[in-house]
Amino acid sequence: MGLITDVQNDGLGGLDHNIVTGQVENLVRWSRSRSSWPATFGLACCAIEMMATGGSHYDLARLGMEVFRASPRQADVMIVAGRVSQKMAPVLRQIYDQMMEPKWVISMGVCASSGGMFNNYAIVQGVDQIVPVDVYAPGCPPGPETLLHAIETLHNQIETGEIMRRRAANGGGAGIVVEQRDGQGEPKLITLGRNS
Amino acid sequence: MTVTDPTPETADADPVTPVVPAPSTITIDDDGLLTQLDKLPRRNAVLRMSEVRAAELVDEPLDGENDQTMLVNMGPSHPSTHGVLRLMLELDGETVRRSKPVIGYLHTGMEKQAESLTYLQGPTNVTRMDYAAPFFNELAFSLAVEELLGIEIPERATWIRMLMSEMNRISSHLLFMATNGMDLGAVSMMIYGWREREQVLRFFEMVTGLRMNHNYIRPGGVAADLPDGWRDEVLALMDMLPPRLEEYDILMTGQPIWRDRLQGVGTMTAEEAIALSATGPVLRSAGVPWDLRRDEPYLAYDQVEFDVVVGTYGDCFDRYAIRLNEIRESMRIVRQIVDKMPRGDYRVQDTKVTPPPRARIDESMEALIHHFKIFTEGFKVPEGETYVAVESPRGELGCYIVSDGSSKPYRMHFRGPSFVNLQTMSHMMADSLIADAVAVISSVDPILGEVDR
Amino acid sequence: MSAESTSEDTQSEEPVEEAGVEIEMAYGCPVSYSRAQRVIHPTREQWRSVASSLLADGFNMCVDVTGVDYLTFGGQRRLPAGIEGERFEVVAGFISHERRERIRARVQVPEADATIASLYSIYPGADALEREVYDLLGVAFEGHPDLSRIMMPEHWEGHPLRKDYATGAIPVQFKGAPASR
Repeated sequence: MGLITDVQNDGLGGLDHNIVTGQVENLVRWSRSRSSWPATFGLACCAIEMMATGGSHYDLARLGMEVFRASPRQADVMIVAGRVSQKMAPVLRQIYDQMMEPKWVISMGVCASSGGMFNNYAIVQGVDQIVPVDVYAPGCPPGPETLLHAIETLHNQIETGEIMRRRAANGGGAGIVVEQRDGQGEPKLITLGRNS
Repeated sequence: MTVTDPTPETADADPVTPVVPAPSTITIDDDGLLTQLDKLPRRNAVLRMSEVRAAELVDEPLDGENDQTMLVNMGPSHPSTHGVLRLMLELDGETVRRSKPVIGYLHTGMEKQAESLTYLQGPTNVTRMDYAAPFFNELAFSLAVEELLGIEIPERATWIRMLMSEMNRISSHLLFMATNGMDLGAVSMMIYGWREREQVLRFFEMVTGLRMNHNYIRPGGVAADLPDGWRDEVLALMDMLPPRLEEYDILMTGQPIWRDRLQGVGTMTAEEAIALSATGPVLRSAGVPWDLRRDEPYLAYDQVEFDVVVGTYGDCFDRYAIRLNEIRESMRIVRQIVDKMPRGDYRVQDTKVTPPPRARIDESMEALIHHFKIFTEGFKVPEGETYVAVESPRGELGCYIVSDGSSKPYRMHFRGPSFVNLQTMSHMMADSLIADAVAVISSVDPILGEVDR
Repeated sequence: MSAESTSEDTQSEEPVEEAGVEIEMAYGCPVSYSRAQRVIHPTREQWRSVASSLLADGFNMCVDVTGVDYLTFGGQRRLPAGIEGERFEVVAGFISHERRERIRARVQVPEADATIASLYSIYPGADALEREVYDLLGVAFEGHPDLSRIMMPEHWEGHPLRKDYATGAIPVQFKGAPASR
């Protein structure tokens, strides 16, 4: 209350010691990391795990990412989930180009990162041949825990600004490889709600 | 042969003769050969235009009065095409006149890859075809290889395979419920479907170590025995699911919006379905009571009781209801498996085919040599060719293997049910709205991994 | 011989004698058995009429059409006498819902003239399956309404499943190797 009367009386000069100073840059980075909307680019099996990560057990919504935007114009991060075939490669590039800066790419799964087990004529051997990749998430498919780890890594990097430094150093994507974090505990059934 | 009228939700499984609707007419074409083209009244709804030609149309001038239709591209990156399916739609306003599904955006060269992988590595490759129901791919492959090898696997392995297959059918149909709901606007259905599916995936992780793409069913049996306490886990799942399925009934089945969107949409007659080689829920929705588990029993399906769910109208609502009730039938089968699971080996004891237990490698030289040979060179399969089919959640999943006596398949081909069922889509979408097109795609439930392989 | 024939008698015919060995015939083609599965071997010229006979005899659905390239086959072809093995083989499976019976047909297609009649008008479900065989193996189907590539991009050259088409594997550098990736 006092704060508001101070401002009403004296304008911004009335604010003494009730403000927090910071850089706009930090604020921007903070908000970017906490609401990076993914573009729907689920291709194969990894897409199923990506959807599972969006489900209620693992919940991407708490990271601000549950709205998978169909339009690349509204998307910030492209999670390439699945194997990229030769026919799909131009489409991938087109979607990436249509995304607005700043944009990030998570390569989910081994097929997107390096071609995976499919070392043949039909699969692009790593989506970094087409788009610059910032985070590689290993696994076939990476479980929701690994994907969350990759997303959290990306978010931390965005928030601290480290990602732009790495990109400048690499001349492309940041190229961070996270470790696989699946199977951390004994899988046991959790019965939720009134039906347990 | 008479046609009895099956009830919309269930039909009695007559073990003697499947009641198949008789073809109305037999048409002979100009060459004196039979033809089924007359069974497809909507065959002109299939757009036969090349993608290159469609791209060229952009630059051509408008045709004036004749240019009433619009060629619109849907996909491959689209929220409701179930993967990378591209549809070229010829629209007259909002009505779909002709359509062409364009596939190949997920072509992985799995059939070519299989020729450079041994038979033991084969399941890792094929399991990624239908990635929503990976056990079925592994099962078809393993059954085909065992047929060529001429071995019989132990009874317990058979029953374990059946248990995992039926649990996989449940998880795949839950995925269908989720995506079908979301495509039609019941977005919360996505969350509910995945909530149930997670429980089943936890069971899979317990047994096989992985949530998806398990490489568990291998030629010779299964990779590992069921863990202790599996019965309790399965029964807990079976107790959890029925109230949740009733929630779906409340949310969807009885709901007027859901019914309006699905009933009468994407209809298909039995003759059309048979002429287009459709199988699985697409065929059963049209009234044809064909299910490989009952009509050509494999594994131990002749020792369990279950009903085959058959629809009447061949529309999207029937396909939804069939899959929902197939979850219930699968639960019934699973309960019987829990009671009847035999003891025994989980894989055949022939050391030329199955690797010895890891502990024995330290003790026995022979075990070490067998292990080495199986994992590097692979076991050799006698010459021959065979085709084995299983009933996957999408239809008849068949595996055709040609072996030349070496340790790698000479040719492996998978008959993906979604690949063949996709042909029905243009017929079902003819003269319906774009929103109905989304409902039709969703009700065919294609998995592009097995469409494109 | 076959037992369950209730309709026409084209299903099992009089066995043919050739070089003193009886060959079982059905639908005008020699029959062989592959692990208890019935396989008939029509010639290319007979292909459509055999398919028509199968449809007339109750095989109401064509389950699968695929092809095999026998260029580098190391084993024996195991074809019945009178059938010469060619480079390509088109294999089609049919099913009779009423009799719960399956049959497989294997047709030899020579490399020099890699075409065969399309079954589209008899079994319209063979539409996409034949396109796949054309795309990946290069066997053309005459009479098909739209024979174009279905898996590979339209401008792709070559037919990937042929044995003289390399898998396309690239040598993989492992961690620690001095490589650019």
